[in-house]
Amino acid sequence: MDIDPHDTTPQGPLETRVSRRKVLIAGTVSAAAGALPAMATLANEATAPAEARPVAMAKVNLEVNGATRSLELDTRTTLLDALREHLRLTGTKKGCDHGQCGACTVIVDGRRINSCLTLAVMHEGSRVTTIEGLGKPQRLHPMQAAFVKHDGYQCGYCTPGQICSAVAMLDEVKAGIPSHVTADLTARSKLSAAEVRERMSGNICRCGAYSNILDAIDEVAGGLA
Amino acid sequence: MKAFAYERARTPAEAAAAVAREPGAKFIAGGTNLLDLMKLDIETPTHLVDVNGIGLDEIGKADGGGLRIGALVRNTDLAADRTVRRDYPVLSRALLSGASGQLRNRATTAGNLLQRTRCPYFYDTDQACNKRLPGSGCAALGGFSRHNAIVGVSDACIATHPSDMAVAMRVLDAVVETVDPQGQTRAIPIADLHRLPGETPHIEHTLKPGELITAVTLPKPVGGRQIYRKVRDRASYAFALVSVAAIVQRDGTGSIAMGGVAHKPWRVDAADAALPQGASAVASALLSGARTTHDNAFKKPLAERTIAAVLVEAGRPA
Repeated sequence: MDIDPHDTTPQGPLETRVSRRKVLIAGTVSAAAGALPAMATLANEATAPAEARPVAMAKVNLEVNGATRSLELDTRTTLLDALREHLRLTGTKKGCDHGQCGACTVIVDGRRINSCLTLAVMHEGSRVTTIEGLGKPQRLHPMQAAFVKHDGYQCGYCTPGQICSAVAMLDEVKAGIPSHVTADLTARSKLSAAEVRERMSGNICRCGAYSNILDAIDEVAGGLA
Repeated sequence: MKAFAYERARTPAEAAAAVAREPGAKFIAGGTNLLDLMKLDIETPTHLVDVNGIGLDEIGKADGGGLRIGALVRNTDLAADRTVRRDYPVLSRALLSGASGQLRNRATTAGNLLQRTRCPYFYDTDQACNKRLPGSGCAALGGFSRHNAIVGVSDACIATHPSDMAVAMRVLDAVVETVDPQGQTRAIPIADLHRLPGETPHIEHTLKPGELITAVTLPKPVGGRQIYRKVRDRASYAFALVSVAAIVQRDGTGSIAMGGVAHKPWRVDAADAALPQGASAVASALLSGARTTHDNAFKKPLAERTIAAVLVEAGRPA
Protein backbone atom coordinates (compact mmCIF):
# COMPACT_ATOMS: atom_id res chain seq x y z
CA MET A 1 0.00 0.00 0.00
CA ASP A 2 1.41 3.39 -0.93
CA ILE A 3 1.14 5.93 1.83
CA ASP A 4 1.83 9.60 1.43
CA PRO A 5 2.66 10.82 4.93
CA HIS A 6 2.03 14.42 3.87
CA ASP A 7 -1.43 13.67 2.59
CA THR A 8 -3.82 14.77 5.28
CA THR A 9 -6.99 14.74 3.23
CA PRO A 10 -9.65 13.32 5.48
CA GLN A 11 -11.14 10.41 3.64
CA GLY A 12 -8.77 7.75 2.34
CA PRO A 13 -5.27 8.70 3.41
CA LEU A 14 -5.94 9.49 7.07
CA GLU A 15 -8.05 6.35 7.39
CA THR A 16 -5.44 4.34 5.56
CA ARG A 17 -2.72 5.61 7.82
CA VAL A 18 -4.65 4.69 10.90
CA SER A 19 -5.52 1.20 9.68
CA ARG A 20 -1.95 0.60 8.53
CA ARG A 21 -0.75 1.56 11.97
CA LYS A 22 -3.21 -0.85 13.55
CA VAL A 23 -2.05 -3.61 11.22
CA LEU A 24 1.56 -2.92 12.08
CA ILE A 25 0.92 -2.91 15.80
CA ALA A 26 -1.03 -6.15 15.50
CA GLY A 27 1.76 -7.59 13.38
CA THR A 28 4.33 -6.60 15.99
CA VAL A 29 2.50 -8.52 18.67
CA SER A 30 2.29 -11.73 16.69
CA ALA A 31 5.64 -11.48 14.91
CA ALA A 32 8.62 -13.71 15.64
CA ALA A 33 11.13 -12.16 18.04
CA GLY A 34 13.72 -11.59 15.32
CA ALA A 35 11.34 -9.46 13.28
CA LEU A 36 10.29 -7.25 16.18
CA PRO A 37 12.79 -4.37 15.94
CA ALA A 38 12.13 -3.74 12.26
CA MET A 39 8.38 -3.87 12.74
CA ALA A 40 8.57 -1.60 15.75
CA THR A 41 10.52 0.93 13.73
CA LEU A 42 7.89 0.87 11.05
CA ALA A 43 5.15 1.30 13.60
CA ASN A 44 6.99 4.28 15.07
CA GLU A 45 7.35 5.84 11.66
CA ALA A 46 3.65 5.46 11.09
CA THR A 47 2.80 7.18 14.37
CA ALA A 48 5.47 9.89 14.24
CA PRO A 49 4.30 13.36 13.26
CA ALA A 50 4.61 13.97 9.55
CA GLU A 51 7.04 16.80 10.25
CA ALA A 52 9.51 16.82 13.10
CA ARG A 53 10.62 20.40 13.53
CA PRO A 54 13.81 21.57 15.16
CA VAL A 55 13.33 23.62 18.30
CA ALA A 56 14.23 27.25 17.67
CA MET A 57 15.82 29.28 20.47
CA ALA A 58 15.99 33.06 20.75
CA LYS A 59 17.40 35.58 23.20
CA VAL A 60 15.31 38.23 24.87
CA ASN A 61 15.94 40.90 27.49
CA LEU A 62 13.06 41.90 29.72
CA GLU A 63 12.85 44.44 32.51
CA VAL A 64 10.86 42.55 35.10
CA ASN A 65 9.82 44.39 38.25
CA GLY A 66 12.68 46.83 37.74
CA ALA A 67 15.46 44.30 37.07
CA THR A 68 16.86 43.39 33.66
CA ARG A 69 16.54 39.70 32.95
CA SER A 70 18.24 38.06 29.97
CA LEU A 71 16.82 34.79 28.78
CA GLU A 72 17.42 32.34 25.97
CA LEU A 73 14.12 30.64 25.27
CA ASP A 74 12.38 28.18 23.00
CA THR A 75 10.54 30.63 20.74
CA ARG A 76 7.25 28.99 21.79
CA THR A 77 7.62 30.22 25.38
CA THR A 78 4.79 32.55 26.33
CA LEU A 79 5.50 35.54 28.53
CA LEU A 80 3.53 33.71 31.23
CA ASP A 81 5.75 30.63 31.07
CA ALA A 82 8.89 32.77 30.94
CA LEU A 83 7.81 34.48 34.17
CA ARG A 84 6.72 31.33 35.98
CA GLU A 85 9.05 28.63 34.70
CA HIS A 86 12.21 30.55 33.86
CA LEU A 87 12.18 33.48 36.27
CA ARG A 88 10.35 31.59 39.03
CA LEU A 89 7.88 34.42 39.49
CA THR A 90 4.95 32.14 40.26
CA GLY A 91 2.68 34.89 41.54
CA THR A 92 1.28 35.24 38.03
CA LYS A 93 -1.13 32.36 37.54
CA LYS A 94 -1.96 30.10 34.61
CA GLY A 95 -5.70 29.60 34.47
CA CYS A 96 -7.15 28.78 31.07
CA ASP A 97 -3.96 29.56 29.07
CA HIS A 98 -6.22 30.88 26.27
CA GLY A 99 -6.94 34.48 27.24
CA GLN A 100 -10.38 33.77 28.64
CA CYS A 101 -9.91 34.00 32.42
CA GLY A 102 -7.44 36.82 33.08
CA ALA A 103 -5.50 34.98 35.83
CA CYS A 104 -2.26 35.63 33.91
CA THR A 105 -2.76 39.40 33.68
CA VAL A 106 0.47 41.40 34.01
CA ILE A 107 1.31 45.01 33.19
CA VAL A 108 3.61 45.45 30.18
CA ASP A 109 4.83 48.96 29.36
CA GLY A 110 2.00 50.34 31.46
CA ARG A 111 -0.77 48.26 29.86
CA ARG A 112 -2.51 45.19 31.28
CA ILE A 113 -2.33 42.19 28.97
CA ASN A 114 -2.89 38.43 29.07
CA SER A 115 0.64 37.05 29.45
CA CYS A 116 -0.54 33.65 28.16
CA LEU A 117 -1.34 35.06 24.70
CA THR A 118 1.96 36.69 23.92
CA LEU A 119 5.41 35.27 23.26
CA ALA A 120 8.25 36.27 25.56
CA VAL A 121 10.51 36.92 22.55
CA MET A 122 8.05 39.56 21.33
CA HIS A 123 8.88 41.71 24.36
CA GLU A 124 12.52 42.67 23.87
CA GLY A 125 13.18 45.64 26.16
CA SER A 126 9.64 45.67 27.60
CA ARG A 127 8.93 46.70 31.19
CA VAL A 128 6.93 43.94 32.86
CA THR A 129 5.25 44.38 36.24
CA THR A 130 3.89 41.30 37.96
CA ILE A 131 2.10 40.97 41.29
CA GLU A 132 5.54 40.55 42.93
CA GLY A 133 6.56 43.94 41.57
CA LEU A 134 3.49 45.83 42.77
CA GLY A 135 4.20 45.39 46.47
CA LYS A 136 5.69 43.17 49.13
CA PRO A 137 4.00 41.55 52.14
CA GLN A 138 5.49 44.17 54.45
CA ARG A 139 4.73 47.01 52.02
CA LEU A 140 1.60 46.26 50.07
CA HIS A 141 0.41 48.18 47.05
CA PRO A 142 -2.82 50.02 47.99
CA MET A 143 -4.78 47.65 45.74
CA GLN A 144 -3.26 44.60 47.45
CA ALA A 145 -4.09 46.08 50.86
CA ALA A 146 -7.65 46.83 49.75
CA PHE A 147 -8.18 43.27 48.51
CA VAL A 148 -7.05 41.99 51.94
CA LYS A 149 -9.22 44.48 53.80
CA HIS A 150 -12.35 43.76 51.75
CA ASP A 151 -11.79 40.02 51.48
CA GLY A 152 -11.65 40.30 47.68
CA TYR A 153 -10.91 36.62 47.17
CA GLN A 154 -11.62 33.16 48.42
CA CYS A 155 -9.22 30.62 46.88
CA GLY A 156 -6.92 33.42 45.72
CA TYR A 157 -5.98 31.91 42.38
CA CYS A 158 -7.39 34.72 40.24
CA THR A 159 -6.23 37.40 42.70
CA PRO A 160 -2.83 38.36 41.22
CA GLY A 161 -4.50 38.82 37.83
CA GLN A 162 -7.41 40.73 39.39
CA ILE A 163 -5.05 43.09 41.22
CA CYS A 164 -2.75 43.74 38.25
CA SER A 165 -5.81 44.26 36.07
CA ALA A 166 -7.46 46.61 38.58
CA VAL A 167 -4.34 48.76 38.98
CA ALA A 168 -3.92 49.18 35.20
CA MET A 169 -7.68 49.62 34.73
CA LEU A 170 -7.70 52.68 37.01
CA ASP A 171 -4.85 54.11 34.92
CA GLU A 172 -6.95 53.54 31.78
CA VAL A 173 -9.79 55.54 33.35
CA LYS A 174 -7.35 58.32 34.28
CA ALA A 175 -6.10 58.32 30.68
CA GLY A 176 -9.68 58.90 29.50
CA ILE A 177 -10.14 55.54 27.76
CA PRO A 178 -13.89 54.91 27.44
CA SER A 179 -15.68 51.59 27.97
CA HIS A 180 -18.69 49.78 26.55
CA VAL A 181 -20.93 51.25 29.27
CA THR A 182 -19.63 54.82 29.01
CA ALA A 183 -22.76 56.83 28.14
CA ASP A 184 -21.11 59.76 26.39
CA LEU A 185 -18.03 58.98 24.30
CA THR A 186 -17.01 62.60 24.09
CA ALA A 187 -17.19 63.29 27.84
CA ARG A 188 -14.64 62.28 30.42
CA SER A 189 -15.61 58.89 31.88
CA LYS A 190 -16.62 58.74 35.52
CA LEU A 191 -15.90 55.61 37.45
CA SER A 192 -19.09 53.86 38.56
CA ALA A 193 -19.81 50.33 39.73
CA ALA A 194 -21.11 49.54 36.23
CA GLU A 195 -17.88 50.89 34.72
CA VAL A 196 -15.74 48.76 37.02
CA ARG A 197 -17.77 45.62 36.30
CA GLU A 198 -17.48 46.16 32.55
CA ARG A 199 -13.80 47.07 32.63
CA MET A 200 -12.93 44.08 34.83
CA SER A 201 -14.91 41.55 32.76
CA GLY A 202 -11.69 40.00 31.47
CA ASN A 203 -10.93 38.66 34.95
CA ILE A 204 -13.04 35.71 35.99
CA CYS A 205 -13.38 34.75 39.68
CA ARG A 206 -14.74 31.24 39.99
CA CYS A 207 -15.35 31.72 43.73
CA GLY A 208 -17.56 34.68 42.90
CA ALA A 209 -15.87 37.27 45.09
CA TYR A 210 -16.93 40.00 42.69
CA SER A 211 -18.81 42.21 45.14
CA ASN A 212 -15.79 42.36 47.47
CA ILE A 213 -13.43 42.93 44.54
CA LEU A 214 -15.66 45.86 43.57
CA ASP A 215 -15.44 47.23 47.14
CA ALA A 216 -11.65 46.97 47.07
CA ILE A 217 -11.38 48.82 43.77
CA ASP A 218 -13.92 51.39 44.99
CA GLU A 219 -11.71 52.18 47.97
CA VAL A 220 -8.54 52.60 45.90
CA ALA A 221 -10.38 54.70 43.32
CA GLY A 222 -11.51 57.01 46.11
CA GLY A 223 -15.20 56.21 45.77
CA LEU A 224 -17.37 55.30 42.80
CA ALA A 225 -19.97 57.57 41.30
CA MET B 1 2.50 24.12 20.00
CA LYS B 2 4.67 23.21 17.01
CA ALA B 3 8.17 24.68 16.92
CA PHE B 4 8.74 27.71 14.70
CA ALA B 5 11.54 30.05 13.77
CA TYR B 6 11.10 33.67 14.82
CA GLU B 7 12.30 36.91 13.32
CA ARG B 8 11.58 40.59 13.85
CA ALA B 9 10.89 42.63 10.73
CA ARG B 10 11.93 46.31 10.58
CA THR B 11 9.78 47.58 7.71
CA PRO B 12 6.45 46.55 6.13
CA ALA B 13 8.15 45.57 2.87
CA GLU B 14 10.73 43.48 4.74
CA ALA B 15 7.95 41.73 6.65
CA ALA B 16 6.00 40.92 3.48
CA ALA B 17 9.13 39.61 1.76
CA ALA B 18 10.02 37.47 4.79
CA VAL B 19 6.61 35.79 4.89
CA ALA B 20 6.68 35.20 1.13
CA ARG B 21 10.18 33.69 1.35
CA GLU B 22 9.45 31.06 4.01
CA PRO B 23 6.82 28.42 3.24
CA GLY B 24 4.45 28.17 6.19
CA ALA B 25 5.38 31.61 7.52
CA LYS B 26 2.90 33.98 9.14
CA PHE B 27 2.87 37.51 10.46
CA ILE B 28 2.38 37.96 14.19
CA ALA B 29 1.16 41.27 15.62
CA GLY B 30 -0.96 41.18 18.80
CA GLY B 31 -0.97 37.40 18.65
CA THR B 32 -4.13 37.11 20.75
CA ASN B 33 -5.89 34.93 18.17
CA LEU B 34 -2.93 33.30 16.44
CA LEU B 35 -1.27 32.02 19.64
CA ASP B 36 -4.59 30.72 20.93
CA LEU B 37 -4.91 28.68 17.71
CA MET B 38 -1.25 27.61 17.74
CA LYS B 39 -1.66 26.14 21.22
CA LEU B 40 -4.41 23.94 19.80
CA ASP B 41 -2.37 23.01 16.69
CA ILE B 42 -5.06 24.60 14.52
CA GLU B 43 -2.49 27.07 13.24
CA THR B 44 0.96 25.53 12.76
CA PRO B 45 3.24 28.17 11.22
CA THR B 46 6.87 27.12 10.67
CA HIS B 47 8.10 30.68 10.89
CA LEU B 48 6.74 33.79 12.59
CA VAL B 49 7.56 37.27 11.38
CA ASP B 50 6.98 39.74 14.22
CA VAL B 51 5.63 42.98 12.77
CA ASN B 52 5.39 44.89 16.05
CA GLY B 53 8.52 46.89 15.28
CA ILE B 54 7.64 48.13 11.78
CA GLY B 55 5.73 51.29 12.71
CA LEU B 56 2.17 51.54 11.31
CA ASP B 57 0.92 52.37 14.80
CA GLU B 58 -0.41 55.87 14.21
CA ILE B 59 -3.78 57.42 13.42
CA GLY B 60 -3.69 60.38 11.06
CA LYS B 61 -5.48 62.26 8.33
CA ALA B 62 -6.26 60.56 5.03
CA ASP B 63 -6.81 62.17 1.63
CA GLY B 64 -10.25 63.70 1.15
CA GLY B 65 -10.84 64.52 4.79
CA GLY B 66 -10.82 60.92 6.01
CA LEU B 67 -8.87 59.05 8.65
CA ARG B 68 -5.94 56.69 8.19
CA ILE B 69 -5.54 54.03 10.86
CA GLY B 70 -2.22 52.19 10.99
CA ALA B 71 -2.48 48.40 10.87
CA LEU B 72 -0.78 48.08 14.26
CA VAL B 73 -2.93 50.57 16.16
CA ARG B 74 -4.18 48.64 19.18
CA ASN B 75 -7.93 48.23 19.60
CA THR B 76 -7.82 50.22 22.88
CA ASP B 77 -6.08 53.15 21.22
CA LEU B 78 -8.40 53.17 18.22
CA ALA B 79 -11.50 53.08 20.43
CA ALA B 80 -10.12 55.90 22.60
CA ASP B 81 -8.92 58.15 19.78
CA ARG B 82 -10.56 61.58 20.04
CA THR B 83 -11.31 61.86 16.34
CA VAL B 84 -12.80 58.37 16.18
CA ARG B 85 -14.97 59.06 19.22
CA ARG B 86 -16.24 62.32 17.73
CA ASP B 87 -16.53 61.52 14.01
CA TYR B 88 -16.82 57.72 13.82
CA PRO B 89 -18.46 56.75 17.12
CA VAL B 90 -19.88 53.53 15.65
CA LEU B 91 -16.29 52.31 15.39
CA SER B 92 -15.45 53.17 19.01
CA ARG B 93 -18.62 51.49 20.19
CA ALA B 94 -17.96 48.33 18.18
CA LEU B 95 -14.40 48.03 19.47
CA LEU B 96 -15.42 48.61 23.07
CA SER B 97 -18.08 45.90 22.84
CA GLY B 98 -15.49 43.30 21.86
CA ALA B 99 -13.15 41.15 23.94
CA SER B 100 -11.72 42.37 27.28
CA GLY B 101 -9.55 45.29 28.33
CA GLN B 102 -6.47 43.06 28.34
CA LEU B 103 -7.13 41.73 24.83
CA ARG B 104 -7.95 45.15 23.37
CA ASN B 105 -4.60 46.40 24.70
CA ARG B 106 -2.78 43.87 22.48
CA ALA B 107 -5.10 43.21 19.53
CA THR B 108 -4.36 45.26 16.43
CA THR B 109 -6.50 46.79 13.70
CA ALA B 110 -5.28 44.43 10.97
CA GLY B 111 -5.25 41.40 13.25
CA ASN B 112 -8.83 42.08 14.28
CA LEU B 113 -9.88 42.10 10.61
CA LEU B 114 -8.13 38.80 9.94
CA GLN B 115 -9.09 36.96 13.13
CA ARG B 116 -10.61 33.55 12.58
CA THR B 117 -14.01 32.16 13.42
CA ARG B 118 -14.88 30.93 16.91
CA CYS B 119 -17.10 28.13 15.55
CA PRO B 120 -16.73 25.36 18.18
CA TYR B 121 -16.10 22.77 15.48
CA PHE B 122 -13.25 24.80 14.01
CA TYR B 123 -11.71 24.79 17.47
CA ASP B 124 -12.27 21.08 18.18
CA THR B 125 -9.65 19.11 16.24
CA ASP B 126 -11.58 15.87 16.78
CA GLN B 127 -14.49 17.23 14.73
CA ALA B 128 -15.04 17.61 11.00
CA CYS B 129 -14.41 21.16 9.77
CA ASN B 130 -13.89 22.17 6.16
CA LYS B 131 -12.24 25.37 7.28
CA ARG B 132 -9.62 23.61 9.42
CA LEU B 133 -9.26 20.48 7.29
CA PRO B 134 -10.67 21.01 3.78
CA GLY B 135 -12.89 18.16 2.66
CA SER B 136 -13.52 16.80 6.15
CA GLY B 137 -17.12 18.03 6.32
CA CYS B 138 -18.96 20.46 8.57
CA ALA B 139 -19.93 19.22 12.02
CA ALA B 140 -21.72 22.50 12.77
CA LEU B 141 -24.49 21.62 10.30
CA GLY B 142 -26.78 19.57 12.50
CA GLY B 143 -24.52 20.24 15.49
CA PHE B 144 -24.48 22.89 18.22
CA SER B 145 -24.97 25.83 15.91
CA ARG B 146 -26.73 28.61 17.79
CA HIS B 147 -23.74 30.91 17.21
CA ASN B 148 -23.40 30.10 13.52
CA ALA B 149 -24.26 32.00 10.36
CA ILE B 150 -27.67 32.31 8.73
CA VAL B 151 -26.87 34.21 5.52
CA GLY B 152 -24.25 33.65 2.85
CA VAL B 153 -23.76 30.11 4.14
CA SER B 154 -22.87 27.03 2.09
CA ASP B 155 -23.12 23.27 2.55
CA ALA B 156 -19.43 23.36 3.41
CA CYS B 157 -19.46 25.96 6.19
CA ILE B 158 -21.77 28.01 8.42
CA ALA B 159 -19.07 29.80 10.42
CA THR B 160 -19.35 33.49 11.30
CA HIS B 161 -16.72 36.20 11.23
CA PRO B 162 -16.36 37.11 14.91
CA SER B 163 -15.21 40.73 14.67
CA ASP B 164 -17.26 43.66 15.95
CA MET B 165 -14.78 46.24 14.63
CA ALA B 166 -15.07 44.93 11.08
CA VAL B 167 -18.86 45.40 11.10
CA ALA B 168 -18.45 49.07 11.99
CA MET B 169 -15.75 49.45 9.33
CA ARG B 170 -18.09 47.86 6.80
CA VAL B 171 -20.86 50.36 7.54
CA LEU B 172 -18.27 53.17 7.33
CA ASP B 173 -17.07 52.00 3.87
CA ALA B 174 -13.50 51.51 5.07
CA VAL B 175 -10.69 50.72 2.64
CA VAL B 176 -7.87 48.31 3.47
CA GLU B 177 -4.38 49.26 2.26
CA THR B 178 -1.75 46.57 1.71
CA VAL B 179 1.80 46.01 0.54
CA ASP B 180 2.85 42.79 -1.20
CA PRO B 181 6.22 41.00 -1.16
CA GLN B 182 7.27 42.87 -4.31
CA GLY B 183 6.59 46.18 -2.59
CA GLN B 184 3.42 46.89 -4.59
CA THR B 185 0.62 48.59 -2.71
CA ARG B 186 -3.11 48.37 -3.30
CA ALA B 187 -6.39 49.51 -1.73
CA ILE B 188 -9.17 46.99 -1.13
CA PRO B 189 -12.70 48.12 -0.21
CA ILE B 190 -13.58 46.25 2.99
CA ALA B 191 -16.55 44.69 1.20
CA ASP B 192 -14.03 42.79 -0.94
CA LEU B 193 -11.62 41.76 1.82
CA HIS B 194 -13.54 38.86 3.33
CA ARG B 195 -14.95 35.98 1.27
CA LEU B 196 -18.06 33.89 1.66
CA PRO B 197 -17.36 30.22 2.46
CA GLY B 198 -18.65 28.60 -0.75
CA GLU B 199 -16.74 25.38 -1.38
CA THR B 200 -13.49 26.78 0.02
CA PRO B 201 -14.18 28.05 3.55
CA HIS B 202 -10.48 27.73 4.44
CA ILE B 203 -9.79 30.68 2.10
CA GLU B 204 -11.19 33.54 4.15
CA HIS B 205 -9.90 36.69 2.52
CA THR B 206 -8.62 38.03 -0.77
CA LEU B 207 -5.07 38.84 0.31
CA LYS B 208 -2.23 37.14 -1.56
CA PRO B 209 0.46 35.12 0.24
CA GLY B 210 2.78 37.54 2.01
CA GLU B 211 0.51 40.53 1.39
CA LEU B 212 0.46 42.67 4.52
CA ILE B 213 -2.25 45.08 5.65
CA THR B 214 -0.60 48.44 6.34
CA ALA B 215 -3.59 50.64 7.14
CA VAL B 216 -7.35 51.02 7.12
CA THR B 217 -8.72 54.31 5.84
CA LEU B 218 -12.13 55.78 6.57
CA PRO B 219 -13.84 58.28 4.25
CA LYS B 220 -14.60 61.75 5.53
CA PRO B 221 -17.12 61.76 8.38
CA VAL B 222 -20.76 61.33 7.34
CA GLY B 223 -22.33 62.43 10.62
CA GLY B 224 -25.72 60.98 11.52
CA ARG B 225 -26.64 58.95 14.55
CA GLN B 226 -24.06 56.18 14.77
CA ILE B 227 -25.03 53.14 16.79
CA TYR B 228 -23.49 49.74 17.45
CA ARG B 229 -25.78 47.35 19.24
CA LYS B 230 -24.54 43.88 20.19
CA VAL B 231 -26.68 41.05 21.56
CA ARG B 232 -24.81 38.30 23.37
CA ASP B 233 -25.19 35.59 25.98
CA ARG B 234 -23.68 37.70 28.77
CA ALA B 235 -23.38 41.42 29.34
CA SER B 236 -19.65 41.65 28.61
CA TYR B 237 -16.76 39.71 27.10
CA ALA B 238 -18.71 37.46 24.72
CA PHE B 239 -19.04 37.16 20.97
CA ALA B 240 -22.17 38.48 19.29
CA LEU B 241 -25.24 36.38 18.60
CA VAL B 242 -26.21 39.27 16.34
CA SER B 243 -24.95 42.82 16.17
CA VAL B 244 -26.06 45.87 14.23
CA ALA B 245 -23.92 48.80 13.11
CA ALA B 246 -25.97 51.67 11.75
CA ILE B 247 -25.55 55.24 10.62
CA VAL B 248 -28.93 56.95 10.46
CA GLN B 249 -29.36 60.49 9.11
CA ARG B 250 -32.06 62.92 10.20
CA ASP B 251 -34.21 62.06 7.17
CA GLY B 252 -34.09 58.35 7.98
CA THR B 253 -31.64 57.39 5.23
CA GLY B 254 -28.33 55.79 6.06
CA SER B 255 -26.43 52.55 6.10
CA ILE B 256 -26.59 49.36 8.12
CA ALA B 257 -24.45 46.25 8.56
CA MET B 258 -24.73 43.17 10.73
CA GLY B 259 -22.34 40.94 12.62
CA GLY B 260 -22.88 37.43 13.96
CA VAL B 261 -24.94 36.35 10.97
CA ALA B 262 -22.42 35.63 8.19
CA HIS B 263 -18.89 34.65 7.22
CA LYS B 264 -18.15 38.35 6.73
CA PRO B 265 -19.56 41.67 7.95
CA TRP B 266 -22.99 41.61 6.32
CA ARG B 267 -24.30 44.56 4.36
CA VAL B 268 -26.87 44.63 1.55
CA ASP B 269 -27.63 47.68 -0.64
CA ALA B 270 -31.37 46.98 -0.55
CA ALA B 271 -31.31 47.08 3.26
CA ASP B 272 -29.67 50.52 3.25
CA ALA B 273 -32.38 51.67 0.83
CA ALA B 274 -35.10 50.21 3.10
CA LEU B 275 -33.94 52.07 6.23
CA PRO B 276 -36.66 54.77 6.06
CA GLN B 277 -39.30 52.00 5.90
CA GLY B 278 -38.41 50.48 9.26
CA ALA B 279 -36.99 47.33 10.80
CA SER B 280 -39.19 44.79 9.07
CA ALA B 281 -38.23 45.98 5.59
CA VAL B 282 -34.57 46.29 6.56
CA ALA B 283 -34.46 42.80 8.08
CA SER B 284 -36.19 41.30 5.05
CA ALA B 285 -33.60 42.82 2.76
CA LEU B 286 -30.62 41.93 4.95
CA LEU B 287 -31.70 38.36 5.60
CA SER B 288 -33.12 37.57 2.18
CA GLY B 289 -32.25 33.95 1.36
CA ALA B 290 -31.38 33.15 4.98
CA ARG B 291 -30.80 29.49 5.76
CA THR B 292 -31.04 28.67 9.43
CA THR B 293 -30.44 25.54 11.48
CA HIS B 294 -32.67 24.27 14.26
CA ASP B 295 -30.34 25.95 16.76
CA ASN B 296 -29.92 29.36 15.15
CA ALA B 297 -33.38 30.02 13.66
CA PHE B 298 -33.88 32.48 16.55
CA LYS B 299 -31.36 34.82 14.94
CA LYS B 300 -33.89 35.95 12.30
CA PRO B 301 -36.44 37.46 14.71
CA LEU B 302 -33.59 38.58 16.99
CA ALA B 303 -32.00 40.44 14.07
CA GLU B 304 -35.24 42.23 13.24
CA ARG B 305 -35.82 43.23 16.86
CA THR B 306 -32.26 44.45 17.23
CA ILE B 307 -32.63 46.54 14.09
CA ALA B 308 -35.89 47.94 15.51
CA ALA B 309 -34.14 48.84 18.77
CA VAL B 310 -31.38 50.59 16.85
CA LEU B 311 -33.87 52.62 14.78
CA VAL B 312 -35.70 53.71 17.93
CA GLU B 313 -32.39 54.71 19.52
CA ALA B 314 -31.70 56.74 16.38
CA GLY B 315 -35.00 58.57 16.88
CA ARG B 316 -36.85 56.79 14.09
CA PRO B 317 -40.03 54.73 14.20
CA ALA B 318 -39.21 51.02 14.51
